[in-house]
Amino acid sequence: METSLIQQYTAKDFKSDQYVRWCPGCGDYAVLNTLQKVMAELGGAPHNTAVISGIGCSSRLPYYISGYGFHTIHGRGAAVATGVKVANPKLTVWQITGDGDCLAIGGNHFIHSVRRNIDINVLLFNNQIYGLTKGQYSPTTKKGYVTKSSPFGTIERPFRPAELTFGAGGTFFGRVLDVDLKSSAMTMMAAAKHKGTSVIETLVNCVIFNDGAHGWLSEKETRYDRVIILEHGKPMIFGKNSDKGLVAEGFNLKVVTIGENGVTENDVLVHDAQCQDSTLQLKLALMEGPEYPVALGVIRDVATESYDEAMENQIAEIQAKAKIKTFDDLIDSCEQWDM
Amino acid sequence: MSNTKTTELENVVVRFTGDSGDGMQLTGTLFSNLSAILGNEISTFPDFPSEIRAPQGTVGGVSGFQVNLGASKIYTPGDEADVLVAMNPAALKVNSNGIKKGGVLIFDEDSFKKSDFDKAGFKTENPFEELNISDTIQLISAPLSTLTQSSLEGFEMDNKSILRSKNMFALGLICWLFNRPIEQAIHFLTNKFSKKPDLLKANIKVLTDGFNYGNNLHLSISTYTVEKSHELPKGKYTSISGNKATAWGLIAAAKKAGLELFLGSYPITPATDVMHELALRKDMGVKVVQAEDEIAGITTALGAAFAGALAATNTSGPGLALKSEAIGLAVMAELPIVIVDVMRGGPSTGLPTKTEQTDLLQALYGRNGESPAVVVAASTPADCFHYAFMSSKIALEHMTPVILLTDAYIGNGTSLWKLPKLAELAEIKPNFAKPGMEGLKVTARDEVSKARYWSIPGIQGFEHRNGGLEKDYTTGAISTDPLNHKKMVDTRQEKIDYISNMIPELQVEGDKDADLLVVGWGATHGHLMTAVNALNKQGKKVALAHFNYINPLPKNTEQVIKSYKKVVVCELNSGQFATYLRSKVPGEYLQYNKVQGQPFTVTELEEHFTGLL
Repeated sequence: METSLIQQYTAKDFKSDQYVRWCPGCGDYAVLNTLQKVMAELGGAPHNTAVISGIGCSSRLPYYISGYGFHTIHGRGAAVATGVKVANPKLTVWQITGDGDCLAIGGNHFIHSVRRNIDINVLLFNNQIYGLTKGQYSPTTKKGYVTKSSPFGTIERPFRPAELTFGAGGTFFGRVLDVDLKSSAMTMMAAAKHKGTSVIETLVNCVIFNDGAHGWLSEKETRYDRVIILEHGKPMIFGKNSDKGLVAEGFNLKVVTIGENGVTENDVLVHDAQCQDSTLQLKLALMEGPEYPVALGVIRDVATESYDEAMENQIAEIQAKAKIKTFDDLIDSCEQWDM
Repeated sequence: MSNTKTTELENVVVRFTGDSGDGMQLTGTLFSNLSAILGNEISTFPDFPSEIRAPQGTVGGVSGFQVNLGASKIYTPGDEADVLVAMNPAALKVNSNGIKKGGVLIFDEDSFKKSDFDKAGFKTENPFEELNISDTIQLISAPLSTLTQSSLEGFEMDNKSILRSKNMFALGLICWLFNRPIEQAIHFLTNKFSKKPDLLKANIKVLTDGFNYGNNLHLSISTYTVEKSHELPKGKYTSISGNKATAWGLIAAAKKAGLELFLGSYPITPATDVMHELALRKDMGVKVVQAEDEIAGITTALGAAFAGALAATNTSGPGLALKSEAIGLAVMAELPIVIVDVMRGGPSTGLPTKTEQTDLLQALYGRNGESPAVVVAASTPADCFHYAFMSSKIALEHMTPVILLTDAYIGNGTSLWKLPKLAELAEIKPNFAKPGMEGLKVTARDEVSKARYWSIPGIQGFEHRNGGLEKDYTTGAISTDPLNHKKMVDTRQEKIDYISNMIPELQVEGDKDADLLVVGWGATHGHLMTAVNALNKQGKKVALAHFNYINPLPKNTEQVIKSYKKVVVCELNSGQFATYLRSKVPGEYLQYNKVQGQPFTVTELEEHFTGLL
């Protein structure tokens, strides 16, 4: 029986025949490869996968995936993806977007797709710069940074994507670093399995216009002293030697060294990505160096009915009790008379 | 017993006016529908302010509802009213120019007091003289408020609710004036207030007392009858607004095509009722996303089109401007989508509740690049159904965005609609990629129609990448090749041009051997046709060619236009269709334009055409 077969896909099954055209050394390559592996591991067929993007370097990604793809217009990927998912809820829908596409021109669609909790997986490539238009500052560029459009340094305060996601009532927030493949795959898997809008802030390096923006995190030697990979139900321990941890102190988090000052593993906070209250999760998401490690992995993952599910359910419920079943019934329901 | 005489009329125009909270829309609707049930033809036009509740009694808050009842074919809600109902002096002031000489004014004398005159901005206490109408119209003064209060004596209602029922007293009075039995009105009210029995009882009581008031007081005025019309094809009819008919046309098309209907929409006057109606139709499986903005309205719909639904979005002028880039994407990605533009006065926010035809050039050309889209325009409230259906059919069969232009006048107005059966409607065969075509490229298309094949996500073997970048004609891969771009531009244009094979030819109505050809498009048909018919009756040689398909134009357009020596293009803008026609069928065109946020009047058209002969 065909139904008893479990189709096994490999990353190759998700590679299209198109030549990948990002700049050599671009962080997007690593994310694309990881995504293709994750898609294969998820087990869904390429033809049940839709990848939707807006405009920008990262938004070229749909061309490189062998499923159904739609490279749309600047900023509108979230809205297009919403329509795709609502119209065809069986599809696994990925939205590919960048910090300009998602948080500047597409900011409105982003917060509203998060608010509605439409079941899509959003890969937000954050390189803190406009690459495709050749190097203007973006809504996530650090204040004071010199770019072509801010020759004397930006005077703008940057967005922190986590704050927007949490502020819009997000049910899933994760963060990955282009070069950290294992935690990236783990986070994307969790995002795909989450029902609702899964936002993954994807820290990627633009080698041309903003090289090293995340360099502080990327160096292999020091990386695991500077990032913490969060996993639900596990103690928040990090460091090259796994000797550092996060504890609560007053209203704040604090980094401690296990074994110093009588601190033991038991004192370290255990991550709860499923906690409805997002206060502590947001604190984790906003941690910055050098005082704190930057959080990677699944920071928030809370189950709630998704928008598309709610729409299907409402239609089914109304249809079950409706007297009007067909178009001719609808016509008959009119106040009508003979002439 | 009444000894008043009865006048038989071919058609009669009644206009109900009052504060926007006075219930004039309901009163007008009830009166129109019961007249239709009695066999009259009807055409209605609601005219309301954009303020939801402007200060009471001021001219800014006047709401009106006009209906034209006919014993024979009528095409418009009429120009001037035979009977004007004015619930306050402000309503009279706003509408005083719209009463026929010798017409009847029914007013609530309780609301015609010093303070009411002040609120309406009258300088004296005799508004009729001030408006210079005291000699030309017949007045029926009735203390509607007091009469309603005494009618409802003993009912457990607060005074505010009691006074709110005075519209029913006016309705009763009008029913008497037009020799309408009130049973039908009672039947409507029973349906409307079935869940509010107390309110129903009160409304029926006031309605009946209003009718009897006219009957018993021997009001010294002639009453009217309008005989049944025998010109309509026999069948079951209802009265339907353009916006509702549009919504139902989309539903019918989805059913006929075997697709789900998806609407992405953002509220905007006067288009929102299309969304309201579709949001209600979960029983029909319609999916409506009320989007975060106009852009998301169309882009969610484009996502749905990509995913395999009949996708639509509805809006008005400012929203169409916001959707421009996404319509361009639909052109480039060759996806089917219907964009309904219920036009209103512009530019910018303009006149949100008033009608105009000023979005035509925006619909035709308001995009970057060579970006042809189909443009269709509906003519009457009822035929919005047909044109929404046809817009969907064209979109699905030819893989193109279709912009359907209606306007505030037909969107909110109602006309009689012969109820269709789904089986009677044309077949819709979306241009799906078919089994056996597995592996086809995103740009693969029907060789004859140039329509791209539609592959729906979820089906194995048809995976593809679409998008807004130019694609190679053959491989579908992104391409900046100069000659390929030219070929793709030409192909997208040919695809639209080919649709002229599918649409009906342009018809000439009226005296075909005419000295003057009147040309119109969209919602002006009723006024133009009425004027042309009237002139024909006077023996004047005038004909009408009216367009519903704008891009592409009907194939015989040039042939029709060139058959007449004198052509006048009439439209509610400064000459947009005339400009377009000149580019398509070069020649000399006269223009008659009106940009006042109001429909044409038949009178002004007749005068103008007579002057041209």
